[in-house]
Amino acid sequence: MNVSLVLIIVMGALFAAGVFAMLERSLTRVLIGFLLLGNAANLFLLIVMGKPGLAPFFGVASDPEDMSDPLPQALTLTAIVITFAVSAFLLALIYRSWQLGQADTVEDDEADIAVRERGAVDEDTMDDESTAEDDEATTDFVGTETAPITVLHHRDVDALRDDAPIDMPGDRPTGRSPDTGRGDDA
Amino acid sequence: MSALVPLLVTLPLLGAAIALIFGRRRRVQVGVSLLTLTAVAVIAGILLYTVDSTGNALAVSVGGWPIPFGIVLYVDRLAALLVVVSSVVLLAVLLFSVGQGAADGDDETPVSIFHPSYLILAAGIFNAFIAGDLFNLYVGFEILLVASYVLITLGSTESRIRTGVVYIVVSLVSSILFLAAIAAIYGALGTVNIAQLSERMTELPSEVQLVLHLMLLLAFSIKAAVFPLSFWLPDSYPTAPAPVTAVFAGLLTKVGVYAMIRTETQIFRDSDVNTLLLIVALATMIFGVLGAVAQAELKRILSFTLVSHIGYMVFGLAVATPAALGATIYYMVHHIVVQTTLFLAVGLIERRAGSTSILKVKGLMRAAPVIAVLYFLPAINLGGLPPFSGFIGKVALFDAAAQVGTPLMYALIFGGIITSLLTLYALMRAWNLAFWREEEDGMEEAGVAERTAYLGAAPAALVQTERRVIPRIMTAATAGMVAVTLALTVFAGPLYDLCTSIGEALQQPITLVQLDEDVAS
Repeated sequence: MNVSLVLIIVMGALFAAGVFAMLERSLTRVLIGFLLLGNAANLFLLIVMGKPGLAPFFGVASDPEDMSDPLPQALTLTAIVITFAVSAFLLALIYRSWQLGQADTVEDDEADIAVRERGAVDEDTMDDESTAEDDEATTDFVGTETAPITVLHHRDVDALRDDAPIDMPGDRPTGRSPDTGRGDDA
Repeated sequence: MSALVPLLVTLPLLGAAIALIFGRRRRVQVGVSLLTLTAVAVIAGILLYTVDSTGNALAVSVGGWPIPFGIVLYVDRLAALLVVVSSVVLLAVLLFSVGQGAADGDDETPVSIFHPSYLILAAGIFNAFIAGDLFNLYVGFEILLVASYVLITLGSTESRIRTGVVYIVVSLVSSILFLAAIAAIYGALGTVNIAQLSERMTELPSEVQLVLHLMLLLAFSIKAAVFPLSFWLPDSYPTAPAPVTAVFAGLLTKVGVYAMIRTETQIFRDSDVNTLLLIVALATMIFGVLGAVAQAELKRILSFTLVSHIGYMVFGLAVATPAALGATIYYMVHHIVVQTTLFLAVGLIERRAGSTSILKVKGLMRAAPVIAVLYFLPAINLGGLPPFSGFIGKVALFDAAAQVGTPLMYALIFGGIITSLLTLYALMRAWNLAFWREEEDGMEEAGVAERTAYLGAAPAALVQTERRVIPRIMTAATAGMVAVTLALTVFAGPLYDLCTSIGEALQQPITLVQLDEDVAS
């Protein structure tokens, strides 16, 4: 099976860039990473198709050797559709996450932190990453004047009710939430 | 008979479309979902009976393509058994959620999406179980995952978005890995049909086989929550609504285990990673249950025991004798049912007491004896006390491992017993605190009374009192599931015979010739 070296290099670069972007805490970058990874995997499917040839229709080519392998094309199309649907969902999720005022970063598990703190009452040596000022976390929405939407917390909207039976996390430190960020600028 | 096979996938998808059209009419939605899942359960029962009595698998070539090229749906005893069990579980959980939704009176909250997503989840699970080629398995996984993304962030509240993000990102990574593995396998072998894969795989050099093998196992291990790829699970499951958590805990991880079983027994028969799997299984059991012991929240305790008991299935899979595979299948069936039942029982506790933290909940034994029974029976079953199905499954597993008799096997048996005891400890600690601990009297009691009187005047008080009433249908659904767990014990004989025959059948890979005959018949 002969394949183009350029395509393989491009695929490798896409995989590497995708993994790198996905390691970020910012959800927008995770989305970009996912798109790159998805395209890399689709490219991989196209590469394993082998030599491109004539369209695999009846009567186009007399010799099956001259045709493209149609199966990877079908697989790629399916995979593209799935990637598309998932990215649409991710975009909605990122928007909602930002709307709820917790910016667009992946947060630590609160119960995990609680367990950790219960275990480390005596020893204050535990290095709790989440309490450190997370300056490196990149958010693309904070403090931008262009954000055209008023941020509503779900407790401001009567119709929305949180049925999840956990204790409400209370007022978060609002240093990074979009509304205060804008307030500071004004 | 084989005409019924595609209905397992198409009926739930059709039901989802109809439920989506009637998004504003809850009663119609409930009716459509119940009807669809009942029909699927009946079909699954017929399929299991047919497959078991004739001894031949049913195969359907979708679209009529000749065998290695088209999509094949394949129902053997293993697939049929798992489809039956999951359709029963899906139906019971649907009943539970109907009861819960009716009591909440949630005309305002956006639950119109629940029923369509739930049916699509069912379609994905069934599609994964009956997939006859690797890519269709991937599509089944994606269908159920996308539906689960919607269900885990249902209502999109702050906490659910936070935990949902973790779940979604982890699932995306495993999907991409799976897709890349499929591409690599197609590149190496030029097919994705599982029968043809197992025939051609032996021609590859063993190093290449190992790489492909590990890629697939890695992707499935993330989905099955095998240690060390299990950390996403206890974080993301507990915040979802109780019925959603119950169905996820019961079925989603088992789809991953099922895929691992097919990978090991069908596709990679030469490539041997069983020692690695045994070590991973030991770590999964021990670390999972240690996590459960440290938790103070019932749903999280259960999520950690879920991870730890996946270890038993990986253990049985890695022993790889017919007896061990049979025991694995039995344990899988047992665990799907029991874990779902426990999560439903915790859903009842949550509604009754308003919390699932065992530090806060107390005095339930006197206040709610029915819930106490519904929690206690599956709890000691999961903990592995005789004579319940958990005990039978574990003994069968340990017996199969002892027959192999290497030191590593005995280490795993020992680890399994420790895990079983610690599971019992974690669940009974919750029992002692939440059920046996008396409501304290005196100072605090007075304070509580004062506060309740004060809260009585608050606008939200009505909702609070309403939540304490448990609709009968929720209790009935949970009681039905408890009855199923008991039936697994009572009818352990026939079920275990079926599992043993599955274990023996898994020793013989599905061949193309056989697949052709199954399609023709």
